Amino acid sequence: MDIVVLVKQVPDTESLVQVADDGVSIKKQDIKWIMNPYDELAVEAALQIKEAQGGTVTILSLGPEKAIETIRTALAMGADQGVHINDPAAEGSDSLATAKLLAAALKDIPYELIIAGHRAVDEDNYQVASAVAELLGIPQVSMVNKVELTDGKITCHRTIEGGTVVVEASLPALFTTQRGLNEPRYASLPGIMKAKKKPVDVKTVADLGVDAALVGAANRKVKIKSLRLPPERQTVKMIEGEAASDKATALVKILHEETKII
Amino acid sequence: MAQGVFAITEQRDGELRKVSFETVSEGRRVADGLGTELTAVLLGSGVDGLAEELKKYGPDKILVADDAGLAEYTTDAYSNVLAELIQSSDPAVIIMGASAQGKDLAGRLAAKLDAGVAMDCVKVQLENGNLTYTRPMFGGKINADVEIEGAPQIVAIRPNVMDITEAAKNSAIEKPAVQLGEVKTAIVEKKMETDDKVELTEADIIVSGGRGTGGDYAGIEALADALGAAVGASRSAVDEGWRPHSDQVGQTGKTVSPTLYVACGISGAIQHLAGMSTSKYIVAINKDEEAPIFSKADFGIVGDLFELVPAITEEVKKVKE
Ligand SMILES: Cc1cc2nc3c(=O)[nH]c(=O)nc-3n(C[C@H](O)[C@H](O)[C@H](O)COP(=O)(O)OP(=O)(O)OC[C@H]3O[C@@H](n4cnc5c(N)ncnc54)[C@H](O)[C@@H]3O)c2cc1C
Repeated sequence: MDIVVLVKQVPDTESLVQVADDGVSIKKQDIKWIMNPYDELAVEAALQIKEAQGGTVTILSLGPEKAIETIRTALAMGADQGVHINDPAAEGSDSLATAKLLAAALKDIPYELIIAGHRAVDEDNYQVASAVAELLGIPQVSMVNKVELTDGKITCHRTIEGGTVVVEASLPALFTTQRGLNEPRYASLPGIMKAKKKPVDVKTVADLGVDAALVGAANRKVKIKSLRLPPERQTVKMIEGEAASDKATALVKILHEETKII
Repeated sequence: MAQGVFAITEQRDGELRKVSFETVSEGRRVADGLGTELTAVLLGSGVDGLAEELKKYGPDKILVADDAGLAEYTTDAYSNVLAELIQSSDPAVIIMGASAQGKDLAGRLAAKLDAGVAMDCVKVQLENGNLTYTRPMFGGKINADVEIEGAPQIVAIRPNVMDITEAAKNSAIEKPAVQLGEVKTAIVEKKMETDDKVELTEADIIVSGGRGTGGDYAGIEALADALGAAVGASRSAVDEGWRPHSDQVGQTGKTVSPTLYVACGISGAIQHLAGMSTSKYIVAINKDEEAPIFSKADFGIVGDLFELVPAITEEVKKVKE
């Protein structure tokens, strides 16, 4: 089965994120970049399917020059080839424009299955994968923690509030990953060596035939007006007391009388 | 020109979900601010009773798409039907919940309608006729104020954040004919946890336990019971196999926004804070006075959770009597 995995490079979740001087972007200098954690699950899922039934795994990523590191990481895990949409004109695209570029690239890549993270932990938009599915006219199942493939069909366990629904879709289809799906493997040293020689196609916006007036920071439909730090909480009020029961009484009194929650 | 506000509601198994009341209440505020009409939109099968219930929150109109094929949420049927309703009414703003359903639907609708989406918003502001949406990004490390160009503007609101306001109206109910379109997915099974379990993202109070519990959740569960709260967990607790993935709060778990979040034996790692920092009140219980969680909490107690949690449970029971 030919599988394409949509992968994004994002700031390490430990990174200190600071607003840049322009007030609408973040300072990028000191950030360590990683593969979006949900995309690691997607790569792992693709590799497991490939190991079980053969086929190819292609990594598709939109990102600047350094995003190649993340593509190489996925190749080192075991994916076969990469497609890197790397064009300054695409930088700062919003979710829908990103989806348009990815969908355009997918016109030239054979696939029966597309796997993506259900969100990227940078802008937390939760949209790219489902917009890609719509643009390609294929079904999607989101936030999947278990998947089975049987003749031309995919069965996905989709997590919802308070439970799971089992959804069946015809192929080709797209699903997005949820934690619990698998434990992503680490790249092995031989894997890392091999990854260096695996092919990565670089595409520009023009190569994809997408109108440059639809993509990039200047053409966002969702315009960032300002970025700021979230409001600070007041300094913590520490509850003192001799015995545990004294502290408990004091806390419950506050919750009951001051905050009126209890 | 596009005008009017759509509030998309959610129902499951014959009940409206709480986020529905939030979308309609917020929709009412936005529509009043813009001086325009609010339409609540309800999809389902045999949902007349639910439409009646929505009147309480004051929509001018309720659009009901009633069809056996809409009984359960499927991306295809719901997005097809909604896109058609939206195209024929041409609303300027569409408000939905950033729930499992809304997160699945938003990108699909955006692509169908060529519209911008502000996802997981915690605030909607109106100034000079322009709507600005505030949304946390980077796991809540940054808040972004965004505006959406063009119409419709799609905004998904974080569950449990917007106020629910009753403002009953004798709303007109309309039942347009429904075209499900091509549906390529089918629900084959639904596995729900027990009914009496409170869903984390909708809970008013959450008692959460981390590695400090050592896997013993009896005390946490007793406190949650006393408070009518849901039980949450840190990723460490989930990785240890003490709690299911569905209990995990954080950057790779659920984003929750309860009125009260009680973190017991949780150190307060940045990835955990990502999932609960918009809670109204945060209480931290930790034996280490240096634990980072205290710098993000409103109230803190230093001590052993195995002594403190049962003592708090007793106090809560007394107060509730
Ligand atoms: C990519 C990525 C994503 C992640 N996503 C998440 C996520 O979504 N959610 C999440 O929670 N974490 C996440 N993490 C993990 C996170 O970094 C922390 O490792 C985790 O949150 C720690 O869990 P904890 O606080 O339960 O455990 P610890 O950090 O081990 O803290 C345990 C705390 O319990 C206290 N304690 C111990 N015994 C007692 C006692 N008897 N009474 C009172 N206090 C006691 C200790 O003082 C300590 O502060 C992620 C990490 C990465 C790298």
